[in-house]
Amino acid sequence: MKQAIHLKVNGVEHKNEVEPRMLLVHYLRDVLNMTGTHIGCDTSQCGACTVMLNGQAVKSCTVLAVQASGGEVTTVEGLAKDGKLHPIQEGFWEKHGLQCGFCTPGMMMTAVQLLERNPNPSEAEIRHALEGNLCRCTGYHNIVKAIQYAAEQMKTTAAAPMRAGD
Amino acid sequence: MAVTKMFGAAVKRREDPRLITGHGYYTEDMNVPGQTYMAVLRSPYGHAKIRSINTEKAKKLPGVVAVFTGQDLADGGIGPLPCAWLLEVGMVNGQKMTAPEWRVLAIDKVRYTGDGVAVAIAESNAIAKDALDLIEVDYEPLPAVTNQAKAMEPGAPQLHDNAPNNVAMHWQLKNGDIDAAFASADHVVKAHFVNQRLIPNPMETHVALASWNAGAEEMTFWNTSQNPHVTRLLGTLVTGIPEHKLRVISRDVGGGFGCKISLYPGDAITLWASKQLGRPVKWVEERRENYLATAHGRDHIQDVEWAVKKDGTVLGIRVKAIANMGAYLNTGPAPGVPTWLFAPMLAGCYKFAALQSDTYGVYTNTVPTDAYRGAGRPEATFIVERGMDLIAHELKMDPVEIRRKNFIQPDEFPYTSIGTFVYDSGNYDGALNKALEMADYKGFRHRQAEARKHGKYLGIGLSTYVEVCGLGPSAGANAIGFTGGLWESAVVRMHPTGSVTVLTGSSPHGQGEETTFAQIVSSELGVPVEAVEIIHGDTGSVPFGMGTYGSRGLAVGGAALVMAARKVREKARKIAAHQLEAALDDVQYADGAFFVQGSPDKKKAIQEIAFAAYMAGNLPPGVEPMLEESHFYDPPNFVYPFGTHICEVEVDAETGVTKLVHYTAVDDCGPAVNPMIVEGQVHGGLAQGIGQALYEHGVYDDNGQLLAGSLMDYVVPTASELISFDLARTVTPSPHQPLGVKGIGETGTIGSSPAVVNAVVDALSPLGITHIDMPLTPERVWSAIQNARKP
Repeated sequence: MKQAIHLKVNGVEHKNEVEPRMLLVHYLRDVLNMTGTHIGCDTSQCGACTVMLNGQAVKSCTVLAVQASGGEVTTVEGLAKDGKLHPIQEGFWEKHGLQCGFCTPGMMMTAVQLLERNPNPSEAEIRHALEGNLCRCTGYHNIVKAIQYAAEQMKTTAAAPMRAGD
Repeated sequence: MAVTKMFGAAVKRREDPRLITGHGYYTEDMNVPGQTYMAVLRSPYGHAKIRSINTEKAKKLPGVVAVFTGQDLADGGIGPLPCAWLLEVGMVNGQKMTAPEWRVLAIDKVRYTGDGVAVAIAESNAIAKDALDLIEVDYEPLPAVTNQAKAMEPGAPQLHDNAPNNVAMHWQLKNGDIDAAFASADHVVKAHFVNQRLIPNPMETHVALASWNAGAEEMTFWNTSQNPHVTRLLGTLVTGIPEHKLRVISRDVGGGFGCKISLYPGDAITLWASKQLGRPVKWVEERRENYLATAHGRDHIQDVEWAVKKDGTVLGIRVKAIANMGAYLNTGPAPGVPTWLFAPMLAGCYKFAALQSDTYGVYTNTVPTDAYRGAGRPEATFIVERGMDLIAHELKMDPVEIRRKNFIQPDEFPYTSIGTFVYDSGNYDGALNKALEMADYKGFRHRQAEARKHGKYLGIGLSTYVEVCGLGPSAGANAIGFTGGLWESAVVRMHPTGSVTVLTGSSPHGQGEETTFAQIVSSELGVPVEAVEIIHGDTGSVPFGMGTYGSRGLAVGGAALVMAARKVREKARKIAAHQLEAALDDVQYADGAFFVQGSPDKKKAIQEIAFAAYMAGNLPPGVEPMLEESHFYDPPNFVYPFGTHICEVEVDAETGVTKLVHYTAVDDCGPAVNPMIVEGQVHGGLAQGIGQALYEHGVYDDNGQLLAGSLMDYVVPTASELISFDLARTVTPSPHQPLGVKGIGETGTIGSSPAVVNAVVDALSPLGITHIDMPLTPERVWSAIQNARKP
């Protein structure tokens, strides 16, 4: 039997009825047609589906849509504000932090979480924070550089959004 | 002027804005009204007879549209999957290979765990998967064999009636007097290597969406393909849907690494079923299925011997490789991978006098193997570069010295290798010297000696590789049995207002050619890079193209593009001469404009010519309107990138854990169109080569169960397993490629695995360890150390 849920995604309220077994990632992709969040595995290993739920980076393949009801979600589509890219997006673009781009949305959401918690991470801290996100193209070299770039930008630009979705 | 400097500029990628904002065009993102969802029931057994299949209950589940078995599909006219490369030249029995019949769903026998036996198509993906649980299959399990050496033994379970002892082929390459080489050797160095099975793991799995329009009698097919035109051709051959009624679209593809070259059973079934049902059918492969049923790579057992003089001169190499082909011959280049893409490179960048390589391709109860980043060349390069260290060890020479002793010299190119290929260019010592300096090789030996005094195991490993890529001349490929051309296409279309649309047969899926190809056109035609659009991955608009694999995107696709752009320029020059009322010979091109020699103020911008070509009222006789040219480029030779990789490691002898300390890669791919993208390609290649050396292993048990069947069981390296790399380039242009460029997509993978293993073995050499098979997991390294310490 379907259940009613309501949640705010990238600042917009949504109300839907979904099957209790529907995953948050399927809700975002199939119900809201927000296909920026990707699915790369079925064991919560790859992190391609990472989104922010109530300010925390979560793998949306491991959260039921009904569990997220009442919450606030930020996806890759919600990172840029008023036509201006989020510093993490700028970093990935500037430093060639993506090739095929499939892991990138989840990778960026994890990076946003990292920089919120630790605005000045070392390379080792960045690499540790990325352990739940797999990339097969870049060898992570330029992803690390992209996150360092974003950290620098967020430090020097006082106006930079510190929290995705704010 | 910025316009002419685009070649060589590290410009940001134009692909990125859509990909970093969640607006990519991946296949799974596509949906068509009325679409249905397909799920595949896969065999839980490695080898079994199918006694019966009952689909009645599944068909009755509300929401199920159809359930099909292999017999249904065969009755419906869907053909077996063909193999594109059946060997003849080099076959020891002189006969052309025969492929076993590969049905898109098994009919009476399953031959690997994950072999499809039925599909359910339903109104939702969840219902389709529920329906699979209601299909009853009565299996009679059979003995299975997964190791290729065991599969060749008498009495082993037999997979196919037409392949006695499971041998698909015995192929040989022999050049020079190999017996004389061994007869005159001072030393014979021997090795046994296992080049383990790898699972490609692009982050996007395989996805297909087929949409048949019954009124128009045409099919649109979105597919995660590295080569959409080849997918269309294979789709036509298997399903009978005419090529001109089948449009394949592969715009953004989430990585391929070789495993998205082939047409897979799921692709063919969605095509057929959409036409059958009159509704769109979508199939999204789960990661679990990707492990079980999408092609794997490598999987060789190799016995090698080298004939060596005491001064370090290597006279010859003799190799016997047993390649695991899996249960069937994959539709891609599968049989070519352990043969023509392997054996000719067994001399590497060295002057050997003789070479003999025998490859046995063997069927086993495993998923078929095929091209995976490097495809045959990593399997060869590992032998070559591990071998150099083994020889150096035997002769008590430095690994650098033994390599220099045998290098082909810069003034010897083009050089016909004992492997029969003609290397176009090279300067191996140049790359080696640069890498040695960057890695502080001399200083390292001192640090290593100091560390050893304190019981620490530091090691350094070299790999001075050469690889063959830019696949490749069609005549050569046809002559060795490849059923297809290896040219590439490009159309350059200048619009009346001077902007340019390019159609390319290359099919980038992460390589960034929307950017680099625009840079090339900008440089060739003197137009701003923003005024150039690159269209790819749509058979509805792009001329037949062979696609992106084998490091051929820029080397071959880029060459087609340059030739087409130069045709446009030449046509524009003719029109300019006419309009400037000057003799054609007096009109020259520079920086996007044509001018009369001696009167530089008499000139026309190429954009003006584009408009004049559209107006068409004042064109020279015989010149057609518009500036649009196409070119099908068939390269005269392969290209041969090379380089030196140096890896430094520290091994913890108590735990067996290998820590990467430093990695230096000096690669030579000729001039770089975009150095930022070149470096990115190297980084990714290194990650996969290091992954093979230290972490990755596609393991089956003896019954045919895939033990490494998920990302929990198979190690795709994370950021923590890797380090930042130290890269540099030398520049030796290819003499035959119009831009001088060579491929860079696979060098990182090809060069790195032996460098890492050489480093670990170097670290452990005080213990007398001379080799450990990949992957060098802590358990394997620890065990090797324990064995070495046994009295």
